[in-house]
Amino acid sequence: MALTVILEFLGGAEFLFGHVKHHTVSIEKGENKLNISQLLMWIKENLLQERLELFMQGCTVRPGILVLVNDVDWSLLGELTYEIEENDRITFISTLHGG
Amino acid sequence: MPLLCSICKDKRALLKRPKTGTPVCKDCFYWAFECEIHHTIQTANLFKRGEKVAIGASGGKDSTVLAYVLKTLNERYDYGLNLFLLSIDEGITGYRDDSLETVKRNQQQYDLPLKVLSYQDLYGWSMDAIVKQIGRKNNCTFCGVFRRQALDRGAMSLGVDKIATGHNADDVAETIIMNILRGDIARLQRCTAIITGDDPSGIPRVKPFKYTYEKEIVAYAYFKKLDYFSTECIYAPNAYRGHARAYLKDLEAIRSSTIIDIIHSGEMMSVKEGVKMPVQTKCKKCGYISSNEFCKACVLLEGLNKGLPRLGVGKTSKVNQQLKQVNDSKSCECQNKSTKCCLNNVPKTAPSSCPNRSKNCENHDAKFDSPSVKDNQMDKTTKICLTNSEIL
Ligand SMILES: [Zn+2]
Ligand SMILES: [Zn+2]
Ligand SMILES: [Zn+2]
Repeated sequence: MALTVILEFLGGAEFLFGHVKHHTVSIEKGENKLNISQLLMWIKENLLQERLELFMQGCTVRPGILVLVNDVDWSLLGELTYEIEENDRITFISTLHGG
Repeated sequence: MPLLCSICKDKRALLKRPKTGTPVCKDCFYWAFECEIHHTIQTANLFKRGEKVAIGASGGKDSTVLAYVLKTLNERYDYGLNLFLLSIDEGITGYRDDSLETVKRNQQQYDLPLKVLSYQDLYGWSMDAIVKQIGRKNNCTFCGVFRRQALDRGAMSLGVDKIATGHNADDVAETIIMNILRGDIARLQRCTAIITGDDPSGIPRVKPFKYTYEKEIVAYAYFKKLDYFSTECIYAPNAYRGHARAYLKDLEAIRSSTIIDIIHSGEMMSVKEGVKMPVQTKCKKCGYISSNEFCKACVLLEGLNKGLPRLGVGKTSKVNQQLKQVNDSKSCECQNKSTKCCLNNVPKTAPSSCPNRSKNCENHDAKFDSPSVKDNQMDKTTKICLTNSEIL
C-alpha cells in the first residue's frame, strides 16, 4: 500500500532539495504504519540531494529546523513517533538561514 | 484528541513555545509574541515619541518580522514613531536582487517608506569593484567591516535617531558564546546590551527581539504568511559561528531554557577592575567609533584608493602602524617571503612555521584557513560571505 504525503521545505531548507519547495510523494509502506522517523529515512534516501548534515543529525532532523504536520508543531504530536496519515502535509522550515 | 491551547483553553494548540514549553493556539501565539516584544520595548525604553527609526531591512526573516511587528505595535500602542526601512546594497551583481525585491514588496505590504543605500553611495566603491581590485580571498574582511558600518553610516546620512535590528535571542546567545570562547571582552559587553552605541558619536542601535526566539520568529512569519527571503546556507557546519549555533541547539534540546540562561549569564558578567579594555574614540576621518586613530573601514578605503588593497586586512592596531610605514617601505614584513606570505595576506599554502598561519578571517574564522575546507564551499554561489553576524 502506498501513502500520499505532501512535503514542504521552506526557509532555506529547499536548497537541499534542488530548490524545490513542494513535493507530493507516494511512499510504499506495505501493511505497516509510517511514522516521521521512517519518513525521514525515506527522505534521506529518495529526496535529499546534498549535504545530509544540514538536514539531519543522527536519526532526527537537525536542531533548528521547525517541523509542522498540517500546520501543527510536531513537538505537540510526538515528534518522530507521529503516525502519518493519507494526504498529511509535513513542512520543514529552516530557522538557520540568513536573518 | 487535539491538544488545547494553554492560554485560552478553547482552541487547538499548534505551537509549543520554546521559552515555556506551553502549547498555544494561533491567536494566542500572535498575541503573546507581540505583547512580549511590546513589553521589552517598554521596559527597556527603546524608543521615544517622535523618533525617526530606521529598521535595518535585509529581506530576511528577522528584519521582515521586525518591520511587520514594529509597524503593528507603533499603531496599536501609539508609540508615535516615524518608521522606515533602510536597506544596504553591497553592489554585488545578482546577490541583492532577490532580497531587495523582497524589501520592496515589504515596503508595499507594510506601507513603510524604504531607503536603499549602496556601497557606492557610502564608500565610493561597490563590492564588485572591490573584488575586482583585491580578488576573492580577502573580500571577507572588506564585506565584514563595511557591512558592520553600513547601517550606521547610512543612518547618519539620513538624520536617523535610532536603528532597530532584527537580532534575536538565539543570535545574542550565540554571540555571547563566541565572544567568551574568543576572549573578546569588549564585544561581550556590547553584545548583551539591548541598546548599543548610546553615546554622542554614534546612533543608538536597539534590539527589540533580544528576548525573542528564532523558532517563534520563523513560526510567526510562516503562520502570518510574511514574505521573506532565505539566503543560501550561512551556517555551514564548519564555520565557527555554525559550531556555536549547533552547540546551542544541542544544549537547547536537553534544556529548553538554555538560550535565555546564556543571555542572563552574559548580562551578569562584569569586567574586573584593572582589566585593560580597548579605549573607544572617534575615527579622525569619518567620526565613526573606533579603538584606533582611524577606523578599519577608513583604513581599508585608504588602501583601495591608494591602490594598496591589502592594507588593513589584518589587525587594525597593526595596520595603523603600517599606515605610517607604508610611505617609507613597501616590503613584506614576514620572513616567509618565498611563499608570498605577509602580515596582511596569509595564503593557504603558507608553511606551518609562518607566524601568521593561524590567523583567521575575522568574520568567518577558521573557514578560510582550515585546509580541510575547500574554497567552493563558501564561494560557489556567492561572492562574499553571507553573514548576518553583523556586530551585535
Ligand atoms: Zn489560545
Ligand atoms: Zn566574511
Ligand atoms: Zn573612519
